[in-house]
Amino acid sequence: MSDDIWILGINMTKFGKHPDLDTVDLAAQAAMAALADGGVTMADMGVLAAGNLIGGGGLGQQLQKQIGQTGIPVYNVSNACATGATALRTAIMAIKAGECDMGLAVGVEKLAGAGLLGAGGTAKSDKNVYEPSGRYGAVTNTDGRIGTNNMPGTFAQIGMEYGHKYGGTSFELFAKISEKNHSHSTLNPLAAYTKKMSLEQIMGDMMIAYPNTRPMCSANCDGGAAAVVISGAKLKTLSLEQQRRAVKVSASVLTSDPWSESCQVLPDVNTLTRMASTQAYEQAGVGPADLDLVELHDCFATAELVHYDNLQLCEQGGAVDFFNSGAPWRDGTMPVNVSGGLQSKGHPIAATGIANIWEVCHHLRGEAGDRQIQGARVGLAHVIGLGSACGVHILEKSAA
Amino acid sequence: MATAVPIVDYLVLGDDPHLIARECTGCGARFFDRRNACASCFATTFADTPVATTGELKAFTIVAFAAPGVPVPFVAGVVDCDGTSVRGNVIGVDPDPDHVALGMKVKLTTYVVGTDDDGTEAIGFGFAPLEA
Ligand SMILES: [Zn+2]
Repeated sequence: MSDDIWILGINMTKFGKHPDLDTVDLAAQAAMAALADGGVTMADMGVLAAGNLIGGGGLGQQLQKQIGQTGIPVYNVSNACATGATALRTAIMAIKAGECDMGLAVGVEKLAGAGLLGAGGTAKSDKNVYEPSGRYGAVTNTDGRIGTNNMPGTFAQIGMEYGHKYGGTSFELFAKISEKNHSHSTLNPLAAYTKKMSLEQIMGDMMIAYPNTRPMCSANCDGGAAAVVISGAKLKTLSLEQQRRAVKVSASVLTSDPWSESCQVLPDVNTLTRMASTQAYEQAGVGPADLDLVELHDCFATAELVHYDNLQLCEQGGAVDFFNSGAPWRDGTMPVNVSGGLQSKGHPIAATGIANIWEVCHHLRGEAGDRQIQGARVGLAHVIGLGSACGVHILEKSAA
Repeated sequence: MATAVPIVDYLVLGDDPHLIARECTGCGARFFDRRNACASCFATTFADTPVATTGELKAFTIVAFAAPGVPVPFVAGVVDCDGTSVRGNVIGVDPDPDHVALGMKVKLTTYVVGTDDDGTEAIGFGFAPLEA
C-alpha cells in the first residue's frame, strides 16, 4: 500500500461576477471540469468534501444532484477562509485512512457585491436601558468603540504589529506589495481583476483601514474550484498521461491557534502559520529554498508581509528586506502570488484554498502559459481563516 | 443624579478607572471575558487582577470604512500594558498617520458613550497619548 497522495485533476472557474450562476452551478462547473481534467467520473469517487461558508449549508448533497448521486459519504465543510484547504484535506484523509482511493473536493462562494467582510453585526441603538450582555458584559455595541471587528482593520493591525516588532514598514511598503500582485494578475485570465495598478493609484485609492486602501484588500467575488485526489497505488493503474500530469501532494497540514498571550485581543495569524509551515516542510522533506513558487493568503497587503516570515521564506524579522530585494516578484528568486493573489485574482472564500493549489499545479504541470514559472518543480499553497485555521500544502511535479 | 455603568464589565469605574483581567490561577494567563476554563492550561479558577493603565501602542489601524452605526474615522489599536495586551481605541488625537505612531506611550482614559432612557450613562474607555 502506498501512502502517496496525488492531485489527479483540478480546476478553477473564472473568478469575478457570475450573476447567472448560483452557488451549485459554480461548484458543478469546477467539479465536472476537475473530473474531466483527471480523466475520471463520479463513479470513481469514493468521497466528496464540499466547502462553502456563507451559502447556508448542505452544498455537497445539492452538488451531487447536479453531477451524480452515487451514495458516497459527503462531508460539508466550513472552516473560515481555510474552508477550501480543509475540504481538500478531508478527501486526502479519507484516502490516507484507506476508506477509498479517489475523492473529490470542492470549494465555492458567491460573494460579488458582499461589501466588507467581518463588518457585520447589528449596530445596537444607544437608547433603551443599558443591560450587560454577553461574555464581556457589554451594555452597548463595542465595535468601533473598543477597537475594530472588521477584517481590513484587523489585518492592518497585524501588519503594523510586525512593523513595530521589526521595523521598516510603511504605507508605501504595504502598497508596493499590492502593486506586485496587481501586476502579476495581468497575466492571469481567470483573475477577477487583470488591470495593472501603479503605486500612486493604489496609495491614492479609497482608504479602508490604514494602511490598507481598497486595492490592498482581497477582492470579493464569485468563484469555484475543485480537485480530484488519488492514492499513489491507484494512480499507477491509470494511463501514463494521467500519471505524467498528476501532481504529488508532498505535505497536507492543518493547524489551529495554540494559546498565545495576545491571540484573543488581536488574532495571532503568525504562530499557527509558522507551525503549519514547519510541519509541512518536515512532511515533504523539502525546505523553503526548494520552493519554486508560493501562493500565500494575502487577504490584505499587510497580511502578505507577515506570511513571508511565517512561511519561512526569509529569516525571522526579515520580511521587509525580503520584499525589498525583489524576491517575491514573478521574476525574483521566490515568486509569491503569481496568480495575482487574493487582492487581484479575488477571494471567493471557500474556493480560495483549492484555487491556490490549482495555480501551483498549473505551473508544476508546465501549463501556465504566459505566466509560467519556468522549470517549476515544487510549490507551496497557504490559506488562513480567522479564528483561526491554517492550511499548508506542498506540491511536487511528477517524476513520470 | 445620573448613574453610570461601564461599557463592558472588565472596566472598573470610580476615582481611578482601570481594567481588570480574569487571571488564571494555574498559569497566569489573562482574559477579559468570562471563561469556562483556561485556554492555556485548562484550569478552571480565575482571580480578578487589575491591569496597568499605561502602556505602549504596539499595533494600530485607522478605520475609515466600517459597519453602519460605527462612526469613522477612528483609531483602533492594541496596547501593551506592562505585558498584558489590551484592545482599545486611541482617543484624544487626530485620527491620521501623522498623529498616531507605533510605540507611542498611552494612558487609559474614560468618556461618556451614551445615555439610556433612565438617564444612566454608559462609560467607555480608550487610550490617550501620555504627553498630550
Ligand atoms: Zn491557565
